[in-house]
Amino acid sequence: MITYPFQYKRAGSISEAVSMLADGAKALSGGHSLIPAMKLRLSAPDMLVDIGRIPELKTITVDGDELVIGASATHSQISESALVQQHLPMFAEGAGHIGDPAVRHRGTIGGSLAHADPSADWPAMVLAANSTIVVEGASGSRSIHSAEFFTGLFSTALADGEIITQVRVPVSAGAKSTYQKFAQPASRYAIVGCAVVKSAEGKVTVAFSGVSEAPFRDMAAENSLNNGQDVAQAAAGQSIMSDHYASEAYRLHLANVYLKRALAAVA
Amino acid sequence: MSNRYIGESVKRREDKRFITGKGRYTDDIVLPGMLHAHFVRSPYAHARVLSIDLTEAKAVPGVIAIYTGADVAAINGVPCGWQVNFRSGETMREPKHPMLIALGETAKHVGDAVAVVIAETKEIAIDVSEMVNVEWEELDAIASPADALKPGAPKVHAQFPDNKAFDWTFGNPIEEVDAAMATAAHITQLDFVNQRVVPNAMEPRAYIGSYDETADKYTLYTSTQNPHLIRLLMCAFVLGIPEHKVRVVGPDVGGGFGSKIYHYTEEALVTWASKQIGQPVKWTSDRSEAFLTDAHGRDHSSKAEMGFDADGNIVGLRIKTVANMGAYLSTFAPAVPTYLHGTLLQGVYTTPKINIDMTCVFTHTVAVDAYRGAGRPEATYLLERLIDLAALEMGKDPTALRFQNFIPPFDGVEQPGYQTQVALQYDSGNYHGILTRGLEMLGYADFRAAQAEAAKTNKLLGVGFSTYVEACGIAPSAVVGALGARAGLFESAQVRVQPTGKVSVFTGSHSHGQGHETKFVQVVADKLGIPMEDVDLIHGDSDTIAFGMGTYGSRSLAVGGSAIVKSIDKILEKGAKIAAHKLECAAGDLEYAEGKWTVKGTDKSISFGDVSLTAYVPHVYPAGLEPGLDFSSFYDPANFTYPFGCHIAVVEVDKETGKTTLTRMIAVDDVGNVINPMIVDGQIHGGLAQGIGQAMFEGTIYDENGQLTNGSYMDYCMPRADDLPMFETDRQVTPCPHNPLGVKGAGEAGAIGSTPSVVNAVIDALWSGGYKPKDIVMPMTPERVWLAMQ
Repeated sequence: MITYPFQYKRAGSISEAVSMLADGAKALSGGHSLIPAMKLRLSAPDMLVDIGRIPELKTITVDGDELVIGASATHSQISESALVQQHLPMFAEGAGHIGDPAVRHRGTIGGSLAHADPSADWPAMVLAANSTIVVEGASGSRSIHSAEFFTGLFSTALADGEIITQVRVPVSAGAKSTYQKFAQPASRYAIVGCAVVKSAEGKVTVAFSGVSEAPFRDMAAENSLNNGQDVAQAAAGQSIMSDHYASEAYRLHLANVYLKRALAAVA
Repeated sequence: MSNRYIGESVKRREDKRFITGKGRYTDDIVLPGMLHAHFVRSPYAHARVLSIDLTEAKAVPGVIAIYTGADVAAINGVPCGWQVNFRSGETMREPKHPMLIALGETAKHVGDAVAVVIAETKEIAIDVSEMVNVEWEELDAIASPADALKPGAPKVHAQFPDNKAFDWTFGNPIEEVDAAMATAAHITQLDFVNQRVVPNAMEPRAYIGSYDETADKYTLYTSTQNPHLIRLLMCAFVLGIPEHKVRVVGPDVGGGFGSKIYHYTEEALVTWASKQIGQPVKWTSDRSEAFLTDAHGRDHSSKAEMGFDADGNIVGLRIKTVANMGAYLSTFAPAVPTYLHGTLLQGVYTTPKINIDMTCVFTHTVAVDAYRGAGRPEATYLLERLIDLAALEMGKDPTALRFQNFIPPFDGVEQPGYQTQVALQYDSGNYHGILTRGLEMLGYADFRAAQAEAAKTNKLLGVGFSTYVEACGIAPSAVVGALGARAGLFESAQVRVQPTGKVSVFTGSHSHGQGHETKFVQVVADKLGIPMEDVDLIHGDSDTIAFGMGTYGSRSLAVGGSAIVKSIDKILEKGAKIAAHKLECAAGDLEYAEGKWTVKGTDKSISFGDVSLTAYVPHVYPAGLEPGLDFSSFYDPANFTYPFGCHIAVVEVDKETGKTTLTRMIAVDDVGNVINPMIVDGQIHGGLAQGIGQAMFEGTIYDENGQLTNGSYMDYCMPRADDLPMFETDRQVTPCPHNPLGVKGAGEAGAIGSTPSVVNAVIDALWSGGYKPKDIVMPMTPERVWLAMQ
């Protein structure tokens, strides 16, 4: 299909991007969710602002005890980053299982988080890693904790005109992390994506993609596991999605299987 | 004749242009002044057109024409090419597919076209098609044949209130089958669904109509498997144009799998419109339209019973099937559930009594027609699922049960062909041979030991077998004519020897992935004893090729190749006369080898090139012989060909999630003589992937309103490389006794045999773990497999 006509502008800096986005334009990063939706004419922005080529959004660095990933870093860039592999192997491993090679070379972490597909891989990983999402808009920069970021189906705490600039992830020596995914075979999105981070002291954080209409930190499971129990009920209290590939009961069953497998991987 | 090329894996000539992006597909063709069409399609499965308002749309600059049903009322709807009447004798009900749904009429599937916008650019055509305001009255729809047969069901065609297209019975009289089944010590009974799948050729359908006013001549460029067949159908039955006034070109075509055999409304419409407007008109389907408007495949629901005596010998087979035809009867649709399916229910077994009862039903879905294998995969699925399940139920080994019931080997030469209970006479077969080889490759005893160990774990192992026979090399014209075909199924070939001894071969077969440009040339080069470089193949143009019935039913080499051989025989016969004249001997004194005629017992010879030159410069020439060296032939096969094989799937099933991993896929196929092993392997590999795709991944999902809910690659799962193991293939060769090349056909075998082997393997895995499901509905999604263990 062919998109509706639209205007395109490329931003050279974060501040330029913010000013270009002021009048209701849509930010374009890797474009691997937005462009297909536009081609199907499900999305019809009048103006795209390309933020995919802003140099400071593409860097991956370590700042103190935080890994700092630029919003326009591609999945493959993150997967292949020595820094990420060293400090947070879950991100490297998980990013390597997103989509297919073409998607991984174009799609970005910031684009995925802003799109907030409930079955995308990044949300669970970012949540379990206790990340902070740094955003910038006309009124300046602010930080949103990942647990506050995902507000529902394809919706986030981003205000109009704001873009994600960084994902800041605390890293600590001795921590273990894993992302275990049961993929929908056609889209390769997660039916269940379970991310678990276990600190050197043995505390775990657990988050899921694909299970509910918004990705979530599984606080109930964390409480059980951090209070001496070996197993926990996954996704307790959550509203579970159902589709023709996985019913509610099966999805919940898979969430439990994948929590168990993730815990075994960080044991 | 030489043996330089036949049997060698010569690399495919056509790949150079395909791999370097130099292929020339219909959408690559740009004609001067060419316009672009976009169709306005029904969003509903069943809805009446109450009004169409073009005011806004017609006002847009760049719009050249917008046609609705009223404009095309004089064009006939697209007919069907095969007639199967009711068993009562009532004529098959054949609703023609209208070009566009007219005011007051009803669209009968999502995607049925109501208007077409023709504009200067594709972008304008698409944008403007959204401004065509159609007022619809949505009506109740039915997507499943079972619903269509219920009393009071919505009618697809008002004139056919029971929604039946035709019904059909075949095989032994039902009384005889009932009597045989009454003697059975064990009956394995199973209700099957052979689900609907979407062909998904890589290149979507694309057409360009172009009209030359000065010559009053049309050209249609079309992504088709059979240009002449399209010309025949479109000229004679739809547009009413004399055939000599239409040229149909099928240029490079990116796959068909059956879906590009048929004549579609869009083809006729762009052809017609190009004359109305006086400019060429192109239409290229997008992927979403392809899901909605390409003819689909399969879609059978069956109740099947196989009876066994106390020793495990099959005593009878009784099948009742309902086939979904969709809203209209596509070109070959009636043949698929009947003469390409019922006739295969003998399988490779000596079953003495067989009856099938078939009801073919209209629904509010896009038409169903032949898809790689076409009826034969459905037949194989029934038989091979039943016999594996019977073995489990009776506590017998599934391979032993097969060996016990196999038709004994016959070569069709020393031993006669095998007369089945369902009309066909198999040409040659050795079913013991292929299963024996398959079991060697599997390491059967070791597998069963590993399976027993795995049964104690969370990863169950299973093996599934499928021993199939199919009928291809389609087909003897008189036979198919008696069965309802409205065309002959011969093939034509012209071999034109140029004065320099170089050769142009014109074939009515059409290559859209089969490698004809290489393997046909291998045959010609060897038969003439000349280098392949001296031979080119030309296909796909009705003005260049005398005639052609096209490519489907694994027929190209067996039928089209045989026509080429006939022409070569004529060339060598005439060449010998010229050679004899030059060598001053009798033609009978000559032998032809390595590109020259030699007087037997001497070193006197004349080359093929010299004879060719003499034919065109006939100064010293036999009296009364015509100049030139150029022969056309038509080959009408004596019988179908009957490839067969053994497909073995090994799976690992995760007990916790139901996820199935196909760990081994063994295929031992007997496709007769092999011209190019690499191409045969490629065909087998592709067929296996499609057959496995149906078993594990693919299948349409229609909702209760007749909407296809998984019409994209995000939802409709095609098999991918990482879903598949490295295939283990081997061959046995039992030549076809009735065609000159001894070939049988390899295009569909992989898709025909593999599907039941994969399902059988999962069932076997589950039984090994103590679960006893009789069936898992395809595609075997993890949830369905998991549910079978709950």
